[in-house]
Amino acid sequence: MRHLLSTKGIDRATAVGILDVAEDMADVATREVKKLPTLRGKTVINLFFEDSTRTRTSFELAAKRLSADLVTFSAKGSSVSKGESLKDTAQTLAAMGADAVVIRHSASGAAHVLAQSGWIDAAILNAGDGTHEHPTQALLDAYTMRKRLHGVASRGRDLDGLRVTIVGDILHSRVARSNVWLLEALGASVTLVAPATLLPSDLSTWPVTYGYSFDAALDQSPDVVMMLRIQAERMSAAFFPNAREYAREWGLDDERLDRLRADTMVMHPGPMNRGLEISARAADSPRSTVLEQVANGVSIRMAVLYLLLSGEREADQ
Amino acid sequence: MTVRTVLQSADITRALTRISHEILESNRGGSDLVLLGIPTRGVILAQRLGRILESIDPAVGESLASVGSLDVTMYRDDLGAQPTRAPSPTQLPASGIDGKTVVLVDDVLYSGRTIRAALDALGDHGRPRAVRLAVLVDRGHRELPIRADFVGKNLPTSAEERINVRLREIDGIEEVSIES
Repeated sequence: MRHLLSTKGIDRATAVGILDVAEDMADVATREVKKLPTLRGKTVINLFFEDSTRTRTSFELAAKRLSADLVTFSAKGSSVSKGESLKDTAQTLAAMGADAVVIRHSASGAAHVLAQSGWIDAAILNAGDGTHEHPTQALLDAYTMRKRLHGVASRGRDLDGLRVTIVGDILHSRVARSNVWLLEALGASVTLVAPATLLPSDLSTWPVTYGYSFDAALDQSPDVVMMLRIQAERMSAAFFPNAREYAREWGLDDERLDRLRADTMVMHPGPMNRGLEISARAADSPRSTVLEQVANGVSIRMAVLYLLLSGEREADQ
Repeated sequence: MTVRTVLQSADITRALTRISHEILESNRGGSDLVLLGIPTRGVILAQRLGRILESIDPAVGESLASVGSLDVTMYRDDLGAQPTRAPSPTQLPASGIDGKTVVLVDDVLYSGRTIRAALDALGDHGRPRAVRLAVLVDRGHRELPIRADFVGKNLPTSAEERINVRLREIDGIEEVSIES
């Protein structure tokens, strides 16, 4: 692997391989010394043009646990707010000797541009680009599902036969997109549920089934229910009448929570709008994997940084 | 290319039995012993040593703390010069390694760099009372000041030759051969 831009095109063996490396990385957190010397002397730059708490912190921790040197740039308080272009920022980072750039940007495709432009020779990790993809989130979601299913015997396993229902703002969700491709590669089947206004207009090329009724989807007794955040910052039009109606039709409220099997996983990528897409009781219930997802995020990002930064650098295709 | 078999199945078993006796002798019994194999074949050898130690002295079985594995991938000094390696799991005894005598077990001792990485890895897991090294084959050509405490067979080789250790559990056959 040279870059991690998308989960589309990752085959099953590669995906299982990444999750297996993350298993070994998770063991590090249980040790006396929670640090590996593996990426000593490598420089990782976190380039965040959009607000983020957990992804940025998670990448920071992952890089530090692997002994890489880490610098975080956020758009606020950097030259970007003075009008510097992505190209100039990239070339500046290249001149400083970055080995990896973790980029989050509001424009879909920003990470691809950085990887293919030739402005910078570093490994590029997409930490969320617009409404396009968020690959490490999908990897940590898959890791969390596998861990709940198989526990300590997770190594080498895929997600064959698992039925995952993703509910909410599919249209604007990079988390949903990355999950769709990765879950398909791992053998799980995905159902998307959203108001018609929040589904992409053409889903014919996606390996999913979809519907508009959350209650109908719950009748199928899914193994995983993944709630997505209602992203006010990307809503340029009125996609649903008001928040209360959305919560009533597509929110995971207490009543719907009680209809789930005891072993159904309730997932949410965070940050949660409690009371809107997920009730407080659902978020805090034993079915909820929200905090496991955060903890597993560090292991996944360690695995990805290790796989991209160790080994001989592959030439660009 | 010629392949010469230097150790056969019975030779390997004999070497491991002798090493087991030497471990017990130097440790004055089996108390506070931890055997840690270095993946992949070192783990198999550590498990076999553990079984032989138990069969020599059943009392050792109870005091023999555990047989585990120690992955050194993340501590290697050649990560940048080779294709990316997939790490293997590290399994340590639940009681930890603090204050124990750890015997590292590997199949071939060559440059000593793997053992250097293993010593660094061990230090991040705890503080053993002592660390010993057992290898099935010592082929020379050390690049670091490291030596083995227990050696199955010393095999003087040239750097151009390859040593192949094949074990029943992984390879289906059991032998050590030199390829030149």
